[in-house]
Amino acid sequence: MKRIFIHIFLIITSIITLSPFVWMISASFMADGHANVYPPRFFPDEFTLVQYESLFSRLNVSVNFFNSLLLSLTVTVVSLLFNSLAGYAFAKFKFRMKDKLFNFLLSSMIIPAQVTMLPLFLMLKSMGLINTYFAIIIPGLANIFGIFLIRQYAISIPDSLIESAKIDGATDFQIYRRIILPLCMPILITLALFTFMGTWNDFMWPLIALTDNSLYTLPVALANLMLEHTKDPELMMAGSVITILPVLIVFLFLQRYYISGIMTGSIKE
Amino acid sequence: MNKSLSIAVIITLIFLSGCKNNSNEIRTINFWAMGAEGEYVQKLIPEFEKLNPGLKVKVQMIPWTAAQEKLITAFASNNLPDVFQLGNTWIPQFSVIGAIESLDNLIMKSKNVNEENYFKGIWETNRINGKVYGIPWYIDTRLLFYRADILSKVGYDSPPKTWKELFDASLKIKNLFGAVEKYPIYLPVNEFAPYVIFALENKATILRENDSYGNFAQKEFVEAFKFAMSFYEHNLTPLGISQVTNIYQAFRDEYIVMYISGPWNIKEFTKWMIDEYSEKWMTAPMPSKDGNYPGVSLAGGASLVISKNCNQKAEAWKFIEYLSDSKVQREFYSISSDLPALKQVWEDSSFKYNKHMRAFYEQFQNVVPTPKVPEWEQIAFSKIQQYAELTSRKVLSVEDAMKKLDKEVDNILEKRRELIKQKKIAS
Amino acid sequence: MTKMNINSEQSRIALLFLSPALLSIFVFFFIPVIAAFIISFTDFDIYSLGDYSNITFIGFKNYIRLFNDELFWVSLKNTFLFVVMAGPLSIAVSLSAAILLNSKIVKLKSLFRLSYFIPVVTTLVAVAIVWRFIYHPKFGIINYVLGLIGISPIDWLGDPNWAMPAIVLMAVWKNFGYNMIIFLAGLQNIPTHLYEAAEIEGANSFQQFKSITLPMLAPTTLFVGLITMIGFFQLFAEPYIMTQGGPLNSTISIVHYMYQEGFRWWNMGYSASIAFILFFIIFIGTLIQFKLKKNHTI
Repeated sequence: MKRIFIHIFLIITSIITLSPFVWMISASFMADGHANVYPPRFFPDEFTLVQYESLFSRLNVSVNFFNSLLLSLTVTVVSLLFNSLAGYAFAKFKFRMKDKLFNFLLSSMIIPAQVTMLPLFLMLKSMGLINTYFAIIIPGLANIFGIFLIRQYAISIPDSLIESAKIDGATDFQIYRRIILPLCMPILITLALFTFMGTWNDFMWPLIALTDNSLYTLPVALANLMLEHTKDPELMMAGSVITILPVLIVFLFLQRYYISGIMTGSIKE
Repeated sequence: MNKSLSIAVIITLIFLSGCKNNSNEIRTINFWAMGAEGEYVQKLIPEFEKLNPGLKVKVQMIPWTAAQEKLITAFASNNLPDVFQLGNTWIPQFSVIGAIESLDNLIMKSKNVNEENYFKGIWETNRINGKVYGIPWYIDTRLLFYRADILSKVGYDSPPKTWKELFDASLKIKNLFGAVEKYPIYLPVNEFAPYVIFALENKATILRENDSYGNFAQKEFVEAFKFAMSFYEHNLTPLGISQVTNIYQAFRDEYIVMYISGPWNIKEFTKWMIDEYSEKWMTAPMPSKDGNYPGVSLAGGASLVISKNCNQKAEAWKFIEYLSDSKVQREFYSISSDLPALKQVWEDSSFKYNKHMRAFYEQFQNVVPTPKVPEWEQIAFSKIQQYAELTSRKVLSVEDAMKKLDKEVDNILEKRRELIKQKKIAS
Repeated sequence: MTKMNINSEQSRIALLFLSPALLSIFVFFFIPVIAAFIISFTDFDIYSLGDYSNITFIGFKNYIRLFNDELFWVSLKNTFLFVVMAGPLSIAVSLSAAILLNSKIVKLKSLFRLSYFIPVVTTLVAVAIVWRFIYHPKFGIINYVLGLIGISPIDWLGDPNWAMPAIVLMAVWKNFGYNMIIFLAGLQNIPTHLYEAAEIEGANSFQQFKSITLPMLAPTTLFVGLITMIGFFQLFAEPYIMTQGGPLNSTISIVHYMYQEGFRWWNMGYSASIAFILFFIIFIGTLIQFKLKKNHTI
C-alpha cells in the first residue's frame, strides 16, 4: 500500500516537474497567437515549424548558436588544461605555503563574481577586448572550483605510480600527461561537463561584455528577443527549446559524470 | 613580450593603412545603424557609391536594446565609426562625453542640409548649448491610436481634442463595456512618454536651473500627473503591465480602445488589424489641455552624427547629405516605413492623403524635446516610470511622489551641478 | 641530493604547473576585486567614461548615499525575502525528495532522480521565459489549474504581493534537484547499522529520522545551506527576464540594482559599492552558518 502511494506521488511530482518543458515544446510548434488561448493547450492544434523557421532565417539564431558552442568549447578546453595542471600540483607536489594558498583560494570562493564585473569590464575595455570572444574566454581561463575538484581526485592517485615513473626517467610533464591525465579522466569529463554547461548557460557576464548581436550567446540573444518580442510567446518557446536542447542532450549522455561531480564537490573540509 | 610586439605590429599596420589613404585610393566610411534600419539602409548604399566613386560605405547593424551600451563602449575604446545613427534623446549624452562632432560649419556650407527643411521641434533636439550635433534622419512622435468604431459608438465621431473629452470618452467607453474586463485607454507605467507629454501640455518645465534640479513638484507637473492618474482611479486603464502581452491583439479584441504611441506601430497595426478591422483604427494628434489643438508631444526619432575621432569628416558629411536628400528620404520611407525628416517629402500625395499619416503631420508641427541632459534616460526610464507605478497603485499620493522624485533626480544630477560649478560643462 | 634540494626543485616545478591557473585567477579575479573596492570610493560615472579627469575620490559618500537610497533598501529587502523563502523551501523539498528516493522500496529510482534533476541543467534564461508564460494571468497553466479547483486567477507577476513568491517557486523548481543529489550522497554515507540498531530498540521511522538522519546529515545540510544561500543572494536573471524588477520594484534584487546602476546608467562607483555590500552580506551569512554548526555539534 505504502509502496503504491509513494510511487504515485513520485510519478505525479515528476510530471509536474517536467510539465514546463512539455508546454514549452508544444507551444514552440504553434502558429502566432495559438498559445495565447484559454484553456492552455498542451498539444499544438496545428503543428507548424514556422517559429523555428523565423528564428533561423529572420533572426539568425544559428549565429548565436555557433557563438555559444564555440565559446563553451573553448572555455572548456582551456580551463581544463589550466585547472588540471594546478589541481595536480596541489595534490602531488610539496611546496611552501601549499595548504595556506589552497585554503585561501577555497575561502575566496565566497566572493560573488558580480564584485569583479565592473573592474573586469574596464580592464578588458582598456585592452580592447570588450565585445570580442576574448571577453568571455578570459575570465573563464581557470576557476577555483575546478582546481579543487581535480585536486580532490588526483590526491588519491598512489604516489608509488609517480615514483616509479620518475625512476624510469619520465619528466614531470610526461607524468602529468601519461599518468595523471588518463587516471583523472572521469573527473576531467565531469569538470568539462560543468564548464561547458556553465558557460553555455551563463547570462550576466555575456550580457555585459558582448554588445554585438553577431557575438551574442544564445541566452543573451534570447533575452533580447524576449524584451523586443514579448508579444510572441510561440517564438520565444522555440528559442527556449533551441537554447535548452544542446545542454540537455549533453547532460543525458554524461549524467553519471555530472552527478558524481556534484558529490565530489560536496565532500569538503 | 609577445603582446607588446603584437601591439607594435598593429599600430604599424594602422599607420600604414592611414598613409595609404591617398587621393585616388578608395575610402571606406563606417556607418552604424540600429535594428531594422541597419538592414534597410543597405539598399541605399549602391546608389551613393555610384554617385561618389572612390567612396565605400560599410554598414553595421546594432540591436536597439543594446545600442546605447554598445556605443558608449565603442566610444570609450575609441572604436566609434565615422557616422552613426543616434536616437535624438541620446545626443546630449554623446555630446557631453565628447564623442560627437558639432556640425555647424558643415551645415553652413551645405547646399541641401538646412534648418528650414525640418520640423522645428525635431531640429531643436539636435542642438546642445547652441551647437548642432546631429541631422534628423527619420522622425517620430507620440499620438493617439484609437478604435474609431468604438469611439463613435459613444458619440465621438471625431477623436477627443481636449483632456476633458479624452476623459469623458473613456468614461463612456467604460460604461459601454459594463462589467466586461476591457479598458478605454492604455497608459502603462513602463512608458514614461504620456506622463511627460501631459506635463508639457500643462506648460510644466521638467528640470530647473540649467537642468540641474528636478522640477516635478511644481503645480503644473503635479496637475498633469493627477490627470494621468485619474484614469487609474476610475479603472479606465489596466493596472500593471502584464495583462497586455500583445498590444495589437488587445487592440483588435477591443481590450484596449486608445493607446498613446508612435509611428513604429503603424506597420504592426496594419498587419494585425486586417479585413473588417482595417477600417476601424485611426490616429489623431494628442488632445490638448485647453482648446489649442493639437496638444504638444515629444520630438523623437533618430539623427545622423559624426564621431569626433573620424578623420574623414568631409566624406562622412557627404554621406549624411546623401541620406538627407529628398529623393533618398522618400526611398528610405518606402523601404522602412520610418517617417521622413524632410518637411518637403510630407507634401507628397502618399502622405497628404494617407489617413493614418495626416495626424502625424499635424503633430510634428507641435513637438518639443525632452530635457537635454545626459542623465535624462535614467530620470525618465528609471525614476519617472517608478513613481508613475507607485502612484498608479496608490502607494504614494501624487504630491508625495513628486517630492520624492525631485529628491532622487536632484541626487542623479549632483555630478552635473558639480561640473557646471567647475565650468567643465557649459551652463 | 639533500632533502632541501628536492623541495626547492619541486617548488619550482609546482610553480610552473600552478602559474597558468593562478596567474589568470590573480589577474582576472583578485585584481578586479581590489579594483572594485577602490572604485567604490570614487564617483566614476558617465562623465568619467569620457574623461578620466572627472573621477574624484569621494570617500564613503557612495556608501552613505546607499544608506539613504530607498530603492537600495527595497532591493536588499527583496533579496533577503527571496533567500529566506526560497532557501529553506529548496532544502526541505530536496531533502524530502532525497529521502523518498533513498527508500529501498522505490523502483526506477534513476528515472525519478533524472526527472527531478533536469531543471538544474537547463538554461536559466530559457526557463525563466517559459515560466513567464506559465504565470500569464489569462493564458497561463498555473491559473488554469487553479481555476479547475475553483481559485480565481492570480496576476502572478503583475501583483506586487505575488511576484516574489512566483519567482521563489520557479527558483525552487529549478534548483532543488541539485541539493537532492547532495543529500542522496549524504544519506548513502550514513551507516545502515545505525538504523538496524534503532529498529531493534523499537524506534519508529520519524524517531529514526530525528535522531539518526538529521544529525548525521548536519555537515551535508550546512554545505547545502551555504551554497544555496550564496547562489540565491546573487538572484538576477529571473527578475531580469520575468519582471524587470517590477511590479512596484517588488522583485528588484541587489545584483539587478547593481547591474542597472553600473551598466545601464554607468554610475560605476555607486554600483561597485553595491557589489561590496553584497559581498559583505554573503560573508556574514557564511560566518553565521559556520557558527550555527559549531554550536550544534558541541
